[in-house]
Amino acid sequence: MTSRIEPPAPLVVPPETVVPGRARGVPPVRREGPAKLTGAALYADDIVVPGAWYGATIRSTDAHARFVALDQDPAFDWSQVVLVTAADIPGDNIVSGIKADQPILVPIGGEIQHHAEPLALLAARDRATLRAARHAFHVRTRRLKPVFDPLVSTHEFASYTIGTGDVDAAMGAADLVLEGEYRVGHQEQLYIENNAMIAVPRDDGGVAVTGSLQCPYYVHSALKRGLGLDDRQAQVIQAETGGGFGGKEEYPSMIALHAALLSRKADRPVRMIYDRHEDIAATTKRHPAIVRHRTGVTADGRLLAQDIEVVMDGGAYCTLTPVVLSRGALHSGGPYRCPNVRIRARATRTNTPPNGAFRGFGAPQVEFAAETHLNRIAERLGISPLEIRRRNVYVLGDTTPTGQLLRESVAGEEVLERAAEAAEFEHLRRRHERERAQRGGSGTVPGSPLRTERTRLARGVGLALAWHGAGFTGSGEVKLASVVSIELTGEGRIRILTASTEMGQGTKTIFPQLAAEALGVPVDAIEMAPQDTAIVPDSGPTVASRTAMVVGGMVVSASRKLRARVEEATGGRFPDAYVPYARANGGVRVDERFEPYPNVSFDDETYRGDAYPAYGWAACVARVDVDLDTGEVHVRDVVAADDIGHVIHPVLAEGQVEGGTLQAIGYATIEEIKLRDGRYLNDRLATYIIPTSLDAPRISTILVEAPFSGAPHGAKGVGELPMDVGAPAVVAAIADATGAWIHELPASPERVLAAIAAVPAIAPLPPGASEPAAR
Amino acid sequence: MTAYRFTVNATPVEVDVPGMRRLLDVLREDLALTGTKEGCGEGECGACTVLLDGAPVDACLVPVCQVAGSAVRTVEGLAAESPALDAPPSPRELDPLQAAFLTAGGAQCGICTPGMLMAARAYLDAGGGPDEEAIREAIAGNLCRCTGYTKIIEAIALAAGSGRPA
Repeated sequence: MTSRIEPPAPLVVPPETVVPGRARGVPPVRREGPAKLTGAALYADDIVVPGAWYGATIRSTDAHARFVALDQDPAFDWSQVVLVTAADIPGDNIVSGIKADQPILVPIGGEIQHHAEPLALLAARDRATLRAARHAFHVRTRRLKPVFDPLVSTHEFASYTIGTGDVDAAMGAADLVLEGEYRVGHQEQLYIENNAMIAVPRDDGGVAVTGSLQCPYYVHSALKRGLGLDDRQAQVIQAETGGGFGGKEEYPSMIALHAALLSRKADRPVRMIYDRHEDIAATTKRHPAIVRHRTGVTADGRLLAQDIEVVMDGGAYCTLTPVVLSRGALHSGGPYRCPNVRIRARATRTNTPPNGAFRGFGAPQVEFAAETHLNRIAERLGISPLEIRRRNVYVLGDTTPTGQLLRESVAGEEVLERAAEAAEFEHLRRRHERERAQRGGSGTVPGSPLRTERTRLARGVGLALAWHGAGFTGSGEVKLASVVSIELTGEGRIRILTASTEMGQGTKTIFPQLAAEALGVPVDAIEMAPQDTAIVPDSGPTVASRTAMVVGGMVVSASRKLRARVEEATGGRFPDAYVPYARANGGVRVDERFEPYPNVSFDDETYRGDAYPAYGWAACVARVDVDLDTGEVHVRDVVAADDIGHVIHPVLAEGQVEGGTLQAIGYATIEEIKLRDGRYLNDRLATYIIPTSLDAPRISTILVEAPFSGAPHGAKGVGELPMDVGAPAVVAAIADATGAWIHELPASPERVLAAIAAVPAIAPLPPGASEPAAR
Repeated sequence: MTAYRFTVNATPVEVDVPGMRRLLDVLREDLALTGTKEGCGEGECGACTVLLDGAPVDACLVPVCQVAGSAVRTVEGLAAESPALDAPPSPRELDPLQAAFLTAGGAQCGICTPGMLMAARAYLDAGGGPDEEAIREAIAGNLCRCTGYTKIIEAIALAAGSGRPA
């Protein structure tokens, strides 16, 4: 039983508006912008450390094997290098994570579980010696039988079942039941700066590690566990970081441990800077997934029953898989009201490199499937994709499959209508329908069923809608118990102390904005302390689109408390009083710990309740040209409408929507990892291709605000939301252009041709599948 | 080993290194100009773009022996005066192209930015205007993973004088 609660109309921010976010005047320029623009910003490899040696990793070339021995050529002068094996690990040989299953180095006699798994580490004074030493090793293994198919694997990392109503009964009453299977493969984050760490031994027997990373305290925990260090001995410092997108959420722990172990044994600093080939070959990727839908609808397109199965490929070790699967399961029905839902999700192990976090974190995979399936249902019923969504999208007062009542901050309808209107969706659809009818066959390939004298390019438009739970799933934030501090120093300077990192999304700009607004001072009066675990508290990881909403919210709360304290003590206004107060009384520090959002509760055992405190909403309309001879898809134009709760900085927020949209376009069209024998074949930039400026569409961003009352500033996060909608919009546009539905990503030319020519043999292996090595 | 003489940001330099040493390593390690970045080492990403006698090249593919007698320009040479490494430059010290990137939001993580700026500089120095297609073509050799290119194109158009891409 749902009731419709009339909301206040969400604010739509017109594109040209300069929204000050209630800070003074024009939004501030990016705080660290000038340094980045002049080459002065120091990324890890820019940092000069006198006396540092270079480190390298010896990796497995087998997907599954017994590690028998590491033979060293006696003719090589081994005194020039430092060698580290598992035997040298002083703490636990475990990269700390959810399950303690991943070793830092495979021990001699141990089991290698994936290609490129680290076996040993080397350090030398210069790169030439390092190269020579690598060639003087011989790794001996005994091959074991690998498992590459996640559907066949019986080793489960996690599973979830979510259900409501009676799916089987409702299916029986449906006017139409449609089934579909959708597959997505690996995607590489492809931050332009490769993983990099520099480890420097400390005088107290610990190690200070500086590097490219998103989560200083994740690395800190890993160092403590692997090297047996305490909180002070393990020190982690974030260097300027050239992109992360989740690819530097958990992987940096591994490379930091490697650099630290080498520096400990060599008793000198060690630099571990990956080249692109190693970075692609060895680090985490987006989880491949197989999603099956069986959906029952009424004749007018209302959802009656959803039966959904999700299988994710976790790779060889658990890493973050249970959380990726969880988010995937919770989002797999799409942003739609359905009284009878059954979701069964599981993630299994395969002998491929472990998969991990990538922007969207399970949602892009399942929302591609959900949106494509709904678009196919719309086509089958002869209903517009826009209209079918109007009839089903969540509105205020609806309940989700976990029993969460959507009480506020619901903007699915708004983003849907804004995107469709701005893109002239229905007008284009009608035009393309006429063009399709006139086109008898297509392309210019002689003798093929596609042959025609007519145009070679077919135009299409596609629509998709998504929701994205803001912040950590369930009780994640409560468990994290993050801390942010605001410090008023004795000299009267104001400093924010947080472990939240800047990696281009704008943390170092929006946090001072939020504090400045709360304190009533100019934004330039607010400093950010460096992200160094010796200085800043654990604010939790910079992931899950939580930085603006959760940590930013805490910045606001802490600032308000500081203001209140000074104003109470002085009887004056903070902007006038704080400097004299500080100089007279010495420093003041406010430590703000995360307080649970009111009326938000979730049961991790039964998976019932409020899965997320609030949801962001996004709609996307994509226009494509499909070349009917080659199958190439060119995405011309995208309109993206995103509800992010509250726009703190419009330029930075648009930047997130634009960047996330293009990553989704790449996911949809050209980014593909092929595998042979469990090894990635596209392990260079020449073969793993991401969109260039010529591939990129024009992107128009519409920012919508449906604030979340639990956050003091109303913001819900923006980073991942755009990633959920781009791919299904493109696939829908391909179908609009050609009449053919692509069920697998990427919709590469081979897959498009196979679909439009109805010749399955042209298509490559399913995404994520490993072809056997040639014998 | 021969000594190779060339100019970097109008300053004469002489390096005594093997001829096949990459220009990228000469700049970053021998000359301590770390503004130019390595993203792939295979000439695909453009993060190492510098200007060689005005033309954009991938410094990871240029052996230093090819640079003898030429003029090399890097991101450090764009602003009117080279900023001190420990004192971040104020926005006023940036050249108009850099200032346009700052205003328009053309840099996010910043790792592609030096190479992107040099490619844009070559385009503008050759008379490039605010035409969107021409700008996309000019930076097609520079990969960016953060921005979707939208605000990079706006920034270059702004620097070309019009304010909006045509």
